[in-house]
Amino acid sequence: MSFSFDSLSSLHLDILKEIGTIGAGNAATSLSKMLDRRIDMNVPEIKIAEFRDVEDIMGGAETPVVGIYLEFRGDISGTVLLVLDVISAKHITALLLGNVYCDGLWEDFSEIEVSALEELGNILTAAYLGAISSFTGLTMKPSVPYFACDMLGAILSVPMIQFGQTSDKAMFIETDLINGTERFRSHFIVIPDMESFPVILKALGVV
Amino acid sequence: MDRVIKVGMADLKVIAGNGVLVTLGLGSCVGIALYDRTTRTAGLAHIMLPSSKLIKHNQNRAKFADTAVEYLLELMMKMNAQREWITAKIAGGAQMFSFKGSTSEVLNIGERNVQATIEVLRQHDIPIVAQDTGGNYGRTIELHAANGILVVKTIGHGVKIL
Repeated sequence: MSFSFDSLSSLHLDILKEIGTIGAGNAATSLSKMLDRRIDMNVPEIKIAEFRDVEDIMGGAETPVVGIYLEFRGDISGTVLLVLDVISAKHITALLLGNVYCDGLWEDFSEIEVSALEELGNILTAAYLGAISSFTGLTMKPSVPYFACDMLGAILSVPMIQFGQTSDKAMFIETDLINGTERFRSHFIVIPDMESFPVILKALGVV
Repeated sequence: MDRVIKVGMADLKVIAGNGVLVTLGLGSCVGIALYDRTTRTAGLAHIMLPSSKLIKHNQNRAKFADTAVEYLLELMMKMNAQREWITAKIAGGAQMFSFKGSTSEVLNIGERNVQATIEVLRQHDIPIVAQDTGGNYGRTIELHAANGILVVKTIGHGVKIL
C-alpha cells in the first residue's frame, strides 16, 4: 500500500491528533516531574501544509531556531524533530538548569545547555512514542538526540526531505509548553517512515 | 530597486535582465543557480532530492536534481538564453545534524544531493564555476540577474560572494 498525507481521511487525522494529545499529556507529566513544578501543555494542533508554506507558519525560513532530532526503530520506524525558537529554548534551559535566564548570548548555547535541550528532546519523544505504544501495542526505541541551532528552513529541510519522497505536504504538531504565565511555543514533527504508516493504522484497527 | 523573487523549497524561478532570485534557509537541500551572461538570464532551483527516478511521487520537477536542471534549461531557453554560455553555481547540501559514527541515510542526504547535482550538470555539459556546499550550517542564497553573482549568507559562518 502506498501512503501519502494527501490521502489521509479526517478519521486518520483525528487519530493522529488523539495520539498527539496523549503524547503531549505524557510529556507535560514527565517534564513536571523532572522540574518539580507544574508544566502544562495545551491541546496540540495538528497541521498539514504545503512545503512552501510550512516555514512561514513556523516563523520564516531565516529565523534562528533550535532543532532536536531523533530517530526511532522497532515495530515502526521514523524520525522526530522538536523545533523551538531561540528565546524559548533559552528560557527552557534556564528552567531545566535552574539558572536565571539572561539576555544577550542567544544563538550561542553552552555544552550544558545543549545537553539540557537534548534531554528535553528525549523526554518529549519518549512521551510521544509511549502514547503511540499504548494506543497500538507497537514498540519502538528512540536513538540519542542531536542538536542544531540554525535557520528554520535549514533545520526543517531534514524532515521535509523525508516527507518529500512521498508528498508535497508535511504534517506537524504545534503545542505550547506552559509554565505559570510563561508560554513556550514548540513544534514537534513526527514522521513515521512511509512503510510504518499502514502498520500504525492497522494496529489501530482503522484499515 | 531590484525586484526580489522568492524561490521556495522544491521550487524554481527564471528571470532575465535584472532582479534577484532568493532562496532562504537552504539546509540539506541544494540551490542550483544557472546563468547566461550574454542575455543575463538567471535561473534558480531549490532541490530536495537527488533523483526523480527512484521515487513514484515525482510530479514536481523542481524537487529533484535531474528534473530541476532540465526544467530550468527549458525555461531559460524559452527566454532566449544562449545554451553554450550557461554556467552553474551551487550551494547548500549541509548535514544539519551530525551523527557521530552513524551512517544515517536520512542525515547524509545533503552530500547525496550535491553529488547528484554535480553529476546532472556534467551530463548537461554545464560547467560549475563556483560551489559552496557541505558543512553543518544553513545558507540563504541570492542570485543577481544583472551580473550572475551568487551571494551566500549564513548564521555565524559569514557571507560569501560567488
